[in-house]
Amino acid sequence: MKSSRRRFMKLAGIAALGLGAQPAIKAIAPAAGNGPQTQFSQGPNVLTARQWAMVIDTRRFKTTEDLEPMIEACHKLHNVPHFEEKNHEIKWIWETHFHNAFPDSANRFISEEAEHRPYLVLCNHCQNPPCVRACPTKATFKRDSDGVVMMDMHRCIGCRFCMAACPYGSRSFNFVEPLKGLVEKEINLKYPRRMKGVVEKCTFCVERLAEGQMPACVEASGGAIVFGDLEDPESEVRQVLRENFTIRRKQSLGTEPCVYYIV
Amino acid sequence: MNDKKWIVLGLLIFMALFLSPFLYNVVTGAKAAPMPEVVLTEKAKAAKQCVMPTEFMRTEHMQLLDEWRLKVVRSGLRDFTNTEGKTFNMSLSNTCMDCHSNKADFCDRCHNYASVKPYCWDCHIDNPQGETK
Amino acid sequence: MLELALKGSKSYWTWVVALLGVIGVGFLLYLGQLQIGLGITGMSRDVSWGFYIANFTYLVGVAAGGVMVVLPYYLHDYKAYGKVTILGEFLAIAALIMCLLFIIVDLGQPMRGLNVLLYPTTNSVLFYDALVLNGYLLINLVVGWNVLEAERNGVHYQKWLKPIIYLSIPFAVSIHTVTAFLYSGLPGRGFWLTAILAPRFLSSAFAAGPALLVLLCLFIRKTTKFDPGKEQIQSLGLTVAYAICINVFFFLCEIFVAFYSQIPEHMDHIKYLFVGLHGHNALVPFMWTSMGLMVIGIILTVNPITRKNETTLAVACALIIAGTWIDKGLGMISGGFVPNPLHEVNEYAPTLPEIGITVGVYAIGALVLTILYKMAVSVKEEVHG
Ligand code: SF4
Ligand code: SF4
Repeated sequence: MKSSRRRFMKLAGIAALGLGAQPAIKAIAPAAGNGPQTQFSQGPNVLTARQWAMVIDTRRFKTTEDLEPMIEACHKLHNVPHFEEKNHEIKWIWETHFHNAFPDSANRFISEEAEHRPYLVLCNHCQNPPCVRACPTKATFKRDSDGVVMMDMHRCIGCRFCMAACPYGSRSFNFVEPLKGLVEKEINLKYPRRMKGVVEKCTFCVERLAEGQMPACVEASGGAIVFGDLEDPESEVRQVLRENFTIRRKQSLGTEPCVYYIV
Repeated sequence: MNDKKWIVLGLLIFMALFLSPFLYNVVTGAKAAPMPEVVLTEKAKAAKQCVMPTEFMRTEHMQLLDEWRLKVVRSGLRDFTNTEGKTFNMSLSNTCMDCHSNKADFCDRCHNYASVKPYCWDCHIDNPQGETK
Repeated sequence: MLELALKGSKSYWTWVVALLGVIGVGFLLYLGQLQIGLGITGMSRDVSWGFYIANFTYLVGVAAGGVMVVLPYYLHDYKAYGKVTILGEFLAIAALIMCLLFIIVDLGQPMRGLNVLLYPTTNSVLFYDALVLNGYLLINLVVGWNVLEAERNGVHYQKWLKPIIYLSIPFAVSIHTVTAFLYSGLPGRGFWLTAILAPRFLSSAFAAGPALLVLLCLFIRKTTKFDPGKEQIQSLGLTVAYAICINVFFFLCEIFVAFYSQIPEHMDHIKYLFVGLHGHNALVPFMWTSMGLMVIGIILTVNPITRKNETTLAVACALIIAGTWIDKGLGMISGGFVPNPLHEVNEYAPTLPEIGITVGVYAIGALVLTILYKMAVSVKEEVHG
């Protein structure tokens, strides 16, 4: 016990000097020092990819109602609060018009049918994400393992630099206590909520991928949204991309979005 | 310069303030609060041991949780295998609070005693089953 | 030296107490913000930075502007400024303290603010901004304090200060450059995505900072026995004249690029600010006022007759301060966020509590400035009086 205290003091000292940010990593190692080690692993059912990507077949969605199941599924699952006050709005995935989703490719005269379709927008999990570049604490980071752009809510200081940096408006900030925007009975007890003062956004359902499930919106789309590994030529996503003409949002900015749209 | 008396006076005031809690206890004869006793649920009792030995958990659960948090959020690792080879899903709500579903009698007792206010439960639900307490 | 700030006239103390009152109100409002969240402000997910960050940006400029007296004195040996460099340095200290406070009140989780140092992120401009702002604050504290102390004791300041003084010059430039980089490096924000943003920030800084100094000098001359000097004030006035002209010139360059190239991403924000977009035009009157103020400022400072007359110079400086404040404090930040990345127009206006907290921060700055200037002037009175 004594040694652990001493070790903790040392770690605290190092942390205080700002030299080590991850003292905890070693904290449980000595307990395993003599004898078998503790281990961390991904779990047996995990879905893996080098870069997750999504293809949305917008032709399959004609009306607002067609998009509702996906938006509902996501927001319910992740305890995304709903506020009447527009300024406090939080959304991970939502519906918008063609010329809002693709402001730089909105011709004056386009196919009426395509123009009147509703479009789903969400975080693009960019391959070159400006939000990650901007974040001063690495609270927003791109996972090396599968390219998901993640948020560490425990670390976020709420500076909102990432919101200014994202050219797609994908991020929301908790301006007030998020619990106020949730209906007590409808809270998903298996998924954490957030606290006020942090930024949040779509996570490509990492918690589902870890258990071998597809993201909630993909599952709710009835096949209209395809999800898979962009770097695997054999994946369904690549197959669909080979066979269809797709566009991405604000491609000229060099962010390399990983959400593709069949129009 | 006769600042001396001011310095001495200042020191006296400081000492008085500094010692006031001790003096208060001496005068009122207050005793230290008794060690808190935590209550184990049936489920926790049945499991015999937590994810790590009790001694370790008592003193280092915060480091363990911090480590779990880093691993889950930042490295995408979700399973923890302890020294006995048992594997757990690293989740405060879904694993810890599954056994210790009595937050008020388990977590809070010690936390209140030690006067710490972790804000884990701002976001992580304290009983994932939604059982009525 | 602090004891010098403890001896003052009745009006000095009234002023200090009044400031403390304002600070108290601001602090209470801030406690409310801590409790409720940034929801008490007018910000939204579209305009995610507002009044706090705008005032932060403006004050970084004021802090950087102080270098306009330090540089001629130490680098070009312009002796006349010897009397006023301390005023420039102390103004920078007060402005920087306000800057740091504005950042803190803008954070959603201020208790975690130190994460910026705990997890240093070298690809984030905010990390560098934190470094240069604190560095410049430290430099000015060390230099200002020691030089003033030396003057009081009638000796030359310590030798080791010289390199630090030289260092303060690039630091002054860097604080505003890095602050501009916060904005100008973001893809998809057409209004800020321009290489001239940093120069624009600097030029408005070098106008606003010295303009404020002119007013402060005039005030000190009137209320104390220390006279910062006619020549000094005139030189500052000339600096203001050049800087404000360059500032407006840079702005016109911006207008040319946006409207000759006709790229919508770049035009839309400027249109929103000056003529309104899709019927949203909350800022239009302010922006034209700002332009008007700056133009009158140019006329009054460039024209030698009005510049040499201290009354009209003071008026000009006040107009320029107001004009640049509207330009940066109201237009620069909101303008960059409207229209939003999806080309929707959601306007922003600060709320009363937000303004209250802002005024509170300004009051803290004014208090710091008062105390520092009180010290400086008392020393000057001792030495020269
Ligand atoms: S869409 Fe926005 S939030 Fe998502 S990764 Fe790209 S830049 Fe970041
Ligand atoms: S708000 Fe949070 S996630 Fe966004 S840049 Fe700031 S610290 Fe990073």
